[in-house]
Amino acid sequence: MSRLKYVEERIFLVLMVASLVIVVGSLAMILATVVVRGLPALNLAMLTQTPRGGYYLGKEGGILNAITGSLALAGGATVLSFVLGLAVALYLQVFATDTRLAHTIRLALDVLWGIPSIVYGAFGFTLMLWMGLRASLLGGIITLTLVELPIVARAMDEVIAMAPFELREASYALGATRLETAWRVLVRQTGPGLLTAVLLALGRGIGDAASVLFTAGYTDRLPTSLMRPAASLPLAVFFQLGTPVPEVRARAHASALVLTIIILIISIATRSLTGRLKRHVIR
Amino acid sequence: MEDTALQIRGLNVAYGDQQVLRDITVDIPARQITAIIGPSGCGKTTLLRSLCRMAELVEGVRVWGQVIFDGKDIYAPQTEVTEVRKRIGLLAQRPFPLPMSIYDNVAYGPRLYGIRQRAVLDEIVERQLRAAGLWDEVKDRLHAPASALSIGQQQRLCLARGLAVEPEVLLCDEVTSALDPLSAQRIESRLLELKANYTIVMVTHVLRQARRMADYVLFLYLGELVEYGPAGEVFNNPRQARTRAYLAGEFY
Ligand SMILES: Nc1ncnc2c1ncn2[C@@H]1O[C@H](COP(=O)(O)OP(=O)(O)O)[C@@H](O)[C@H]1O
Ligand SMILES: [Mg+2]
Repeated sequence: MSRLKYVEERIFLVLMVASLVIVVGSLAMILATVVVRGLPALNLAMLTQTPRGGYYLGKEGGILNAITGSLALAGGATVLSFVLGLAVALYLQVFATDTRLAHTIRLALDVLWGIPSIVYGAFGFTLMLWMGLRASLLGGIITLTLVELPIVARAMDEVIAMAPFELREASYALGATRLETAWRVLVRQTGPGLLTAVLLALGRGIGDAASVLFTAGYTDRLPTSLMRPAASLPLAVFFQLGTPVPEVRARAHASALVLTIIILIISIATRSLTGRLKRHVIR
Repeated sequence: MEDTALQIRGLNVAYGDQQVLRDITVDIPARQITAIIGPSGCGKTTLLRSLCRMAELVEGVRVWGQVIFDGKDIYAPQTEVTEVRKRIGLLAQRPFPLPMSIYDNVAYGPRLYGIRQRAVLDEIVERQLRAAGLWDEVKDRLHAPASALSIGQQQRLCLARGLAVEPEVLLCDEVTSALDPLSAQRIESRLLELKANYTIVMVTHVLRQARRMADYVLFLYLGELVEYGPAGEVFNNPRQARTRAYLAGEFY
């Protein structure tokens, strides 16, 4: 009996360690590839200049167009999806609690979460044609917002559901309305979780290439107008990797490294902010 | 006899198919302490929560009958539920501070009702924290998170928070049951002081506490009102056999 238990425990332990090794190992390998191949090509000019010497694929200059483009695209989409997603999540949690409508909305969001972003790109493109927009920063932001919205809304929905019901009751008992309770109590209580939801969406948004391919387009210029095309890091990597020129392919890895570092910085910043928001949370 | 704060008329509550309060009719006197006693599960909490329209927050609950407060039925269609809850405060069994500072917890209610001036809020916060007997312990850390307080302090904070919206009735649901004896005693003595200005309805299953505090006693058994009267009469000369049996400790 105890021998069987022992074997069982060993098997699970080995399985768990194996999964850990696969996960951590592949992440480490990706990071190592990006760093080893990207770092030599990374220099100050990469970060501070727009491309020179050949449209899209210059060996000279930098990727400032893609860095700023990505920040503008993902930043804009994240702000929009934060506002819309919070509204949806609060509606689901406070007004439509456990109704058929709420279940239907949740199901729809879960499906939308899983749809590949190229589909969003195609949809966004159709939407833009209909709106009379051309490939532009605005078009990219709208499409990326659609990509991020289900993530933000569903993650926030789950986060708010974790808040103890007694907290709402405490607020209602003082005569607060549902809206007042949502804003003043639930948002504060779940602040750290809401921020994590935003980070999740931002990570998906800033790394997504397929949805911005047709909708934001690509350009060597900095994003100065909502109506003009905007470059992005994932597409920079994609285009640069696709060339036969070794120098340009090295620059692709440098671009990927920059993208990774940006995501790292955002994650760390979010973490410290989360820590500060946790101060008042009731457990 | 004193004037009446709440007239409960034919009040019923059911959770789904299970009816847990049957035809409760009773007058709650103003500025007195009325204790609701009875074995656990007999509907004490439900009765208390249906007096401030908090019972209806439970999924699938039905409430019918009347509770007349200030000449109006709180269940009448035209009654504003937020107004009812502001004027009839509820203190829960377990304290739940709001996720904000001590100060903001007390100022939460007044801010809902549009009070913004710092000086006014400062005055309210201090006065209500004093009324709840917490001021001396927290006056130097008003902006610390409320979650850092001990559970006994949290319960007094919840009392201060409830008082800050200036209710006329205070409903207290076994508010000392989660507390240590010293904290419990502090809450008890505060409630006895507050009786001068507030109508207090308290649920307790500690009979000694009811004896110490109550002016009137309401004995509830299996969702029915069995006996109601001045505390002395109910405790010393219960009219009903079931009350006698309960007071004698034959069931809990
Ligand atoms: N949220 C609820 N859903 C369904 N039944 C409930 C709920 N709350 C209480 N009840 C039932 O109603 C009855 C009275 O409960 P309660 O009012 O909490 O009694 P007490 O406070 O006297 O212990 C119990 O039988 C309990 O199981
Ligand atoms: Mg109870």
